[in-house]
Amino acid sequence: MKSNSMKKWFAAGTPWIWLNAGAVSISVVMVVGLLLLIAVRGLGHFWPADVQQYRYHDQGKTVRLIGEQVSEELISSGLLRESGQTVADDRESVKRYLLKIGNRDIGGLDFVWITELGIEEQSQPDALMVLERREWGNFYGYLKQVKERGQLVSSKQSLWSELQQRLQRVSHFYERIEKIQKSEIGAVNYQLERLRLQARSYELNGGSTPAEQSELASERQRLNVEYELLQKELNQLLHQVNRDSLVAEVMSGETVEISLQKIVQAYRPNEMNVLQKLGFYFASIGSFISNDPREANTEGGIFPAIFGTVMMVLLMAIMVTPLGVIAALYLREYAHQGFVTRAIRIAVNNLAGVPSIVYGIFGLGFFVYFLGGNIDQLFFPEAAPAPTFGTPGLLWASLTLALLTLPVVIVATEEGLSRIPRSIREGSLALGATKAETLWHTVLPMASPAIMTGLILAIARAAGEVAPLMLVGVVKLAPTLPLDGNFPFLHMERQFMHLGFHIYDVGFQSPNVEAARPLVYATALLLVLVIIMLNLTAIAIRNRLREKFRSLEN
Amino acid sequence: MSELLSSKTNSLFSERSKQRRKLRSFKEHLARYLVAVGGIGVIAAIVLIFVYLLYVVFPIFLPASMEPLQHYSLEAQGKGIYLALEEQNEVALRIDEQGNVLFFATHSGKTVHKERLPLSAGTQISSMVEVDANQGLLAFGLDNGTVLLAKPQYQISYPNDVRHITPKMVYPFGDEALILREDGSAVETLAVGNSEESISFLSYNASAGLVLNYYLKEEDLMEEGFTLEEQSVAHLDYGQTVSRLQLDAEQQFAFVATAEGVLTVFSLADKSEPEMSQRVHLLAGGARLSRLDFLLGSLSLLVSDSKGTISQWFMSRDAQNAFQLTHIRQFEPMVSGVQLLHSEQRRKGFVALDQTGQVALYHSTSERLVLSQPLLGRSPQLMALSPRANRLLLESDDGVIDLWSIDNEHPEISWSALWDEVWYESYSEPDYVWQSSSASNDFEPKFSLVPLTFGTIKAAFYAMLMAMPLAIFGAIYTAYFMAPSMRKVVKPTIEIMEALPTVILGFLAGLWLAPFAEANLPGIFTLLLLMPLGMLLFAYAWTHGLPKRVQQCVPDGWQAALLIPVVIVVGWGSIALSPTLEGLLFDGNMQMWMQHELGIGFDQRNALIVGLAMGFAVIPTIFSITEDAIFSVPKHLSYGSLALGATPWQTLIRVVLLTASPGIFSAVMIGLGRAVGETMIVLMATGNTPIMDFSVFEGMRTLSANIAVEVPEAEVNSSHYRILFLAALVLFMVTFVFNSVAELVRQRLRDKYSNL
Repeated sequence: MKSNSMKKWFAAGTPWIWLNAGAVSISVVMVVGLLLLIAVRGLGHFWPADVQQYRYHDQGKTVRLIGEQVSEELISSGLLRESGQTVADDRESVKRYLLKIGNRDIGGLDFVWITELGIEEQSQPDALMVLERREWGNFYGYLKQVKERGQLVSSKQSLWSELQQRLQRVSHFYERIEKIQKSEIGAVNYQLERLRLQARSYELNGGSTPAEQSELASERQRLNVEYELLQKELNQLLHQVNRDSLVAEVMSGETVEISLQKIVQAYRPNEMNVLQKLGFYFASIGSFISNDPREANTEGGIFPAIFGTVMMVLLMAIMVTPLGVIAALYLREYAHQGFVTRAIRIAVNNLAGVPSIVYGIFGLGFFVYFLGGNIDQLFFPEAAPAPTFGTPGLLWASLTLALLTLPVVIVATEEGLSRIPRSIREGSLALGATKAETLWHTVLPMASPAIMTGLILAIARAAGEVAPLMLVGVVKLAPTLPLDGNFPFLHMERQFMHLGFHIYDVGFQSPNVEAARPLVYATALLLVLVIIMLNLTAIAIRNRLREKFRSLEN
Repeated sequence: MSELLSSKTNSLFSERSKQRRKLRSFKEHLARYLVAVGGIGVIAAIVLIFVYLLYVVFPIFLPASMEPLQHYSLEAQGKGIYLALEEQNEVALRIDEQGNVLFFATHSGKTVHKERLPLSAGTQISSMVEVDANQGLLAFGLDNGTVLLAKPQYQISYPNDVRHITPKMVYPFGDEALILREDGSAVETLAVGNSEESISFLSYNASAGLVLNYYLKEEDLMEEGFTLEEQSVAHLDYGQTVSRLQLDAEQQFAFVATAEGVLTVFSLADKSEPEMSQRVHLLAGGARLSRLDFLLGSLSLLVSDSKGTISQWFMSRDAQNAFQLTHIRQFEPMVSGVQLLHSEQRRKGFVALDQTGQVALYHSTSERLVLSQPLLGRSPQLMALSPRANRLLLESDDGVIDLWSIDNEHPEISWSALWDEVWYESYSEPDYVWQSSSASNDFEPKFSLVPLTFGTIKAAFYAMLMAMPLAIFGAIYTAYFMAPSMRKVVKPTIEIMEALPTVILGFLAGLWLAPFAEANLPGIFTLLLLMPLGMLLFAYAWTHGLPKRVQQCVPDGWQAALLIPVVIVVGWGSIALSPTLEGLLFDGNMQMWMQHELGIGFDQRNALIVGLAMGFAVIPTIFSITEDAIFSVPKHLSYGSLALGATPWQTLIRVVLLTASPGIFSAVMIGLGRAVGETMIVLMATGNTPIMDFSVFEGMRTLSANIAVEVPEAEVNSSHYRILFLAALVLFMVTFVFNSVAELVRQRLRDKYSNL
């Protein structure tokens, strides 16, 4: 009876239907799980976790450990016994924790594993302090003293507020220093370099007139004076910023002195309440988005990468839109609809499936080496042998990606054009408009949402593409942004940073992957969010468009 | 009224409106013209990709060529024994048997500089060898049993921005001749091995036998030369008449050959007591040995004979792990006996000249006879090949010089070098290897595309193995069984993953999934096994165990939603079980167990990870197209089948899937195209080692990842660069063909549906 019903069940095919349903469930679980994984890990990074203090028993010694608990896992007792630890016979597995102990400059190691067996006591003292430093990663310890030019200041009670005040002062100076070093001295150097090139180009064109020479000399003189002034101010600021320092006790009981200029911020997570932590959390996210990276990109923010991605995508959009629309107009409105047009349409469609690395190698060979090399020879002989455009850069990156996303725009625009009812065109023509006028005043405005959709999809694809960019212009650390205050403001020849490449680089090329991992998750989350938002927008526009034409057709 | 009308007609034909119409028609034409030019331009730009890739690849297939440049006579001197060219091809060097050194301008033959070797009175040069072509070190064996080492030096200066080369001879080991043979017998045949630390001389005299002198070198910082410390002098036990001698640079082996082609290998492990280790016959059919030369790097011997055959031999490890001089390959023979042979200084190629004056360019790795043509019609006595292998200098009669240019850019590429097993130097057997660069100059580049193609196929295979069932089954369910309200949510959710940057998938695969899978390996496999079982069990329980009332709470087409908790529970359960299973079945460590019990190696970033991650990337592509194909199967077909009493499943299998199968095929093709070309995931989720192992636990290197890794470092227009472009071209064509076929199939299907 039972086996009979089973047989019938199978014969009807019901189990297979369930298995098919299972495939959908697995796909959905994977998709949602992946997004959740990125979201949780990416967002979790900014939460000021409590700092733990352990009395830890290890190999006959009891030590004090201070750090943040990063993760925990179960490991089998066998492995532990192999590594020489004693584990009770009846235990199958043991929990162990990954502890971020920071203080890389003192201990050398950022992380340690501890097992639950060795923990004798665990606490979260309020006074534990975390310092986010400009180099060497985080610092954990107890604040002991604050010094001004080596002299002790302040009493025990107000030590913390004293430190915060002084940190504020330092960060104020530090901003000014950054500004001088980066933009002001950078600008002077940039102009000096232009003068050098100017002089070299005079030389190449058969020498300069005395008037030109004196002009160059006086300009150079002016810049040098400016430079001296800036340097002087910089020295003063550096003197100021060096004034204060703090003394802190680390987990081994040693005390160390840290100059305040090395510190980004100091906080005591254990004494913060939830609201304070929330505030801190959002402030951290803000500074992640708006700051420059530090420590070979493994700490700090990702602002240059966001900026580079946006610049590249904008330039690409400016190039790809007119080209894609014109090509679509030609294919749909002007070209003779025959075999050739059909073949071209298929070919264009298929280009969307050509591996992006092929576009990358094409961009490198054709744009960078061939076009760029020739442009350098023709227009920038004074800079030789240093390449100007003959090296990977922003222009070539956006051009390559424009080519890569061209099929997307063409296909979307064509689809939009094909949806516009013939009656509308005929109406316009019947009223005496020429074909161009019909297109310009009637068809294109109606197709604009489709063009928009194509453009958004193109942008979404370009923002996430990494492989071709590795060849044509992205670098791990660009010293300057491609847009700044120096004439001609937009520097198309410069290399730039990119979110996707940032993920690859920090996740796989950086020396301290473990420490950088949360940051990569955060970057990935940002990128995913941007791309999903772009795609959702495109889908929404497309749906609205369909509704609109459905009403038109009826 | 009529007035009004006439004023209107007037305005219609007025001057202004005429002009306006002209302008409009001009605009119309302009637009037509601009759009056409723009449109065709964009399409041309797309074609340009293909054309440009081809343009870069094409020179690989161009044949080599040689052209005569100059013909002149030199200032009269004695019979020449050595001819050479310097790096810039501006100055050439000729040495005659009296020790006269002549530097002359390559293009005119005008004397640039003359000097004499510092030979002591009464001594004669009795033999001469070029020790090291790269450094230009020369050794002159003298008739009093001594040897003189000399080297041309070309000093480059730029007075008035013009390159000027000042040549002279220098003597890095001092200008005193070194005593090799204590008995004073003439050095009739000489071989020199020169490494960074030591130098050895093997000299032969017909009556006084073979002597090996071994010196350690010590750099003299003051005088930019070396001082030599004699370590040992040894007499080799050898009864026959020696015709040719060779000594490799590292001085591990001495090769002594008779004119009949019997070669004896002496092992120089102990240089004070060289040991005979092997004796082989180099030649067949009564030919006589004409030359014995080293290829660049002094690992391979080139054996050439009086019948024009040339073969390559090197010391290779045999089954007993002992070095044996092994015949590696035979080159296409020359017309007549080989007279002159010169190895290239930068590549594993060589030039040979036969007695009739026929020249031939060969390359060893690619086994190619690149070019063969008659040169002078007479046989030259001396030959020099420029360091960049682009000029050939020949002396036919005393002082009559011919200069030829050689255009031979890519000799190392041939069909067999790219796709066949090649026996590379110091390998024990022929193999497929990709290794494009190394730190040393005399490295043999290994350009086999086979491991890369294999890696590409392997990655795509595992990705499709994961993606196809999930995507196709999922699409079937979504299109055919799923409730419309659920479909509205599920379809975009899966499709949006298509837009997810692959760099993120790659990063998760490499940094999260790989360590996770390594730690929970048994769990991953239990998961694969338990997932379908768990689903079936749940389904049976649901349909048979629950009262109808509960079942009806969930309408048809929501099975997928019911299964989501099952998937989560089974997934979590398998992973949670993993350590226990590992402890029970695999002694606590599955990787070690596999290594010991099955001999399967384990790489953390392996094909399993790539399959999972890239499968994930391909799922949306296949899912979306398959779903469309099934969903757009005309409904009346399935209604008809259902009306005839078939169950929904039977209808699906027999009617719907059959109709939609071309669509599913094209979905798979497009998915495959994506898997083949995907770069970032494989770059990040594998170790990128070009190995040929289909094991799911080993990594691979794919064509696309290889391009991404190597192109930025490849020298522009080098063979390596062009091969990478070739790889890109192959990828381009493969994906283009896949997609085109898929697209054609889809269009056909669309036509079919509209007919039904």
